[in-house]
Amino acid sequence: MAVTPPANRLWWNEPIHIVELGWIVIAFIWGLVMFFTMVYWHSIGEQNLANETYKVVPQSFAAKAEAMTEKYTVRDEVGIPVVRPPPGSDVYLIARIWSWWPILELEKDQSYRLHLSAMEYSHGFSLQPVNINIQIQPGYEHVLTITPNQSGKFGIVCNEFCGFGHHTMVSPLYVVDRS
Amino acid sequence: MAATTQFRTCPTTGLKIDLAAQSLIKANAVAAVVFLAIGGLFGLSIALTRWPEIHLLPVDWFYMALTAHGLDVLLCWIIFFEVAVLYFASAVLLNCRLAAPRTAWVAFVLMVVGAALTNVTVLQGESSVMFTSYTPLRAAPNFYLGLIIFAVGALVACGNFFGTLVIAKEERTYEGSVPLVTFGALTAAIIAVFTLASGAVILIPTWLWSLGYINHIDPVMYKLVWWAMGHSSQQINVSAHVAVWYAVAAILLGAKPLSEKASRLAFLLYIFFLQLASAHHLLVEPGISSEWKIFNTSYAMYLAVLGSMIHALTVPGTIEAAQRKLGFNKGMFEWLRKAPWGNPAFSGVFLSLVMFGFLGGISGVVLGTEQINLIMHNTLYVPGHFHATVVTGTTLTFMAVTYLILPLILQRDVMFPRMAQWQPYVFGLGAAGISLFMMGAGTLGVPRRHWDVTFADSPFGFEFPSAAFMMLALNGLSAILAATGGLMYVVNVVASVFFGKKTADKPMKVAVPVSTSGQPAAVGAYGSAGSLNIPGTITLVTIFFVSFVLYYYVNWKYLAEVWPLR
Ligand code: HEM
Ligand SMILES: [Cu+2]
Ligand SMILES: [Cu+2]
Repeated sequence: MAVTPPANRLWWNEPIHIVELGWIVIAFIWGLVMFFTMVYWHSIGEQNLANETYKVVPQSFAAKAEAMTEKYTVRDEVGIPVVRPPPGSDVYLIARIWSWWPILELEKDQSYRLHLSAMEYSHGFSLQPVNINIQIQPGYEHVLTITPNQSGKFGIVCNEFCGFGHHTMVSPLYVVDRS
Repeated sequence: MAATTQFRTCPTTGLKIDLAAQSLIKANAVAAVVFLAIGGLFGLSIALTRWPEIHLLPVDWFYMALTAHGLDVLLCWIIFFEVAVLYFASAVLLNCRLAAPRTAWVAFVLMVVGAALTNVTVLQGESSVMFTSYTPLRAAPNFYLGLIIFAVGALVACGNFFGTLVIAKEERTYEGSVPLVTFGALTAAIIAVFTLASGAVILIPTWLWSLGYINHIDPVMYKLVWWAMGHSSQQINVSAHVAVWYAVAAILLGAKPLSEKASRLAFLLYIFFLQLASAHHLLVEPGISSEWKIFNTSYAMYLAVLGSMIHALTVPGTIEAAQRKLGFNKGMFEWLRKAPWGNPAFSGVFLSLVMFGFLGGISGVVLGTEQINLIMHNTLYVPGHFHATVVTGTTLTFMAVTYLILPLILQRDVMFPRMAQWQPYVFGLGAAGISLFMMGAGTLGVPRRHWDVTFADSPFGFEFPSAAFMMLALNGLSAILAATGGLMYVVNVVASVFFGKKTADKPMKVAVPVSTSGQPAAVGAYGSAGSLNIPGTITLVTIFFVSFVLYYYVNWKYLAEVWPLR
């Protein structure tokens, strides 16, 4: 019984029944399949998180974002500039309490190098309703290449708790068809 | 010391029970239940806040309650209870005295003081940093100090467990190897030592940082080490509750492990392969390579998953084999239909087994897949997943075994047996509901730890689909159900412990009397039966496996539909 010492003192000599053994083998193979699925997705899948990251001082990241914004601002919304950087360019997005800066307007089916970093706390980049979720950390500049394949108005919601204003940290992201 | 130890003999099991161990089990279990009551109340209040039509708490209270909820249930309730399980699995099951009752009381006091200090600090309002306390969010120093004191207490308790094993071996209080349940508890305790050490490595510097003695803690490094504690401690829970599954099956049905070897191997896999699974909390983190993520989630995790998958066969298998031996041999499922569903210890364990596997296990593996994590990280899917593991899994199991501990160890009749009969169903249904509906909301993108997903206070706003709001409402309703089930448990336990009738000195009615006088079994027999015949279990496990594979690949399909990124 499981609450008493094994009745057979040499329990390690007991055979494992074929049913149990078969299941162990199946479960093990399934583990391998899952492992290779992840590896395989790196070669054929289109959704793999970039490994490109740099250590960065928050102020210098902010400076890069400001330089980009100065160049490409097309309008503003409630005091926050909306920028429309050219396809293929480096796009900077600052996460800080409790807003995203600036607002981005991208073209459909074009790729952009998106740089993400945070100013003081960790924040969560959650693109909705697409549902892509990436952690943003202060001191780290994460560079990913994204290709919006739908047009419309999207939301970037902060999904890492960042203080009592966390629930107000949301901003639009526009994707427009090529004009 | 040995000379002064007093024992009583349990009329049901014939086990010698050290009275000091008995009091310690009582104290720890009662403390656990108190924290469950407090933490559960916080849980209900946050679930009702997240239900937009009700939106119960104001914003600062919400984040404070969320912090307290995580701490009180995940840390206090579970760890106090686990300490009780450790003392049971060592002193009681091995017929032995507890190594050092006095230090065990010191451990208990440390844990109570630490838990209280952290709770008070959180309720002062300056430490709403969530139980994960990710830097650079900063809590008041006593928040970390309380956790450190609590952890030291837990470590001392583990030391007592190890000490008791040593004494039992030296004093030859049992023959041969330790029982499987004790082996499972040993697994839990070993992982606990690793966990608590990681906790020290991260919490002590963070405490010093909050006091101003250290000026920077890297946020990614913090997460890595914090989760070496935070995740591994979940494996303590799994080991402990799987051990309890075996124990309950053995005590109620006389179940024997199908194969000692396979079941013990499964526990060993937990020790060897879980530690690096902290990696799956960092899958969408900057600054960590894909190779590292894949290696550490799968080498480490899938072999630990293998451990759980072995238990997924062997636990229902031992129950089936035992039931068949008792004569419930008709067809595929008579053993299950005629199982003691009216006994809350059994129903709780079986519900927990099924829900832990189907809801918690499958969702956990999917969530922990490197790329799939992108479409789930930090959404409500995450709490949905772990409520299936720690609530329908660990918590429900611990509740179930309480109904055995009350008469067997604490010598009290359950005060309201009818209420006890219903309790696992009410709580189980509610807990399954919160798990499923939070997962549902998460699939629709709803963030976790978020006070207001209508974004009423924000200049921009974003509109989640109406289905998401329905999920949040259903989550709120399920929370009410779960809280009701929780209350039924707490009231019954507290009433029985403090006002219950003392158990009559006669054996409890169980299917097969537990006997420690080790009847010799035929060598080469497969577990409970002479030959292994478990068609029902094979069917259940097949359904489980097919669901697992389908759900896994469905999520790859969801992933393939989101914007390309690299
Ligand atoms: C009445 C029962 C319970 C209810 C209604 C409940 C409900 C909830 C809800 C709604 C959340 C918040 C999700 C969010 O906004 O992010 C939550 C978080 C959590 N719950 Fe529960 N819960 C219950 C019991 C438990 C138990 C028994 C445990 C552990 C054993 C547990 C562990 C946690 C943890 C660790 C969190 C995460 C806190 C955080 O994000 O910092 N819950 N719960
Ligand atoms: Cu934020
Ligand atoms: Cu936030």
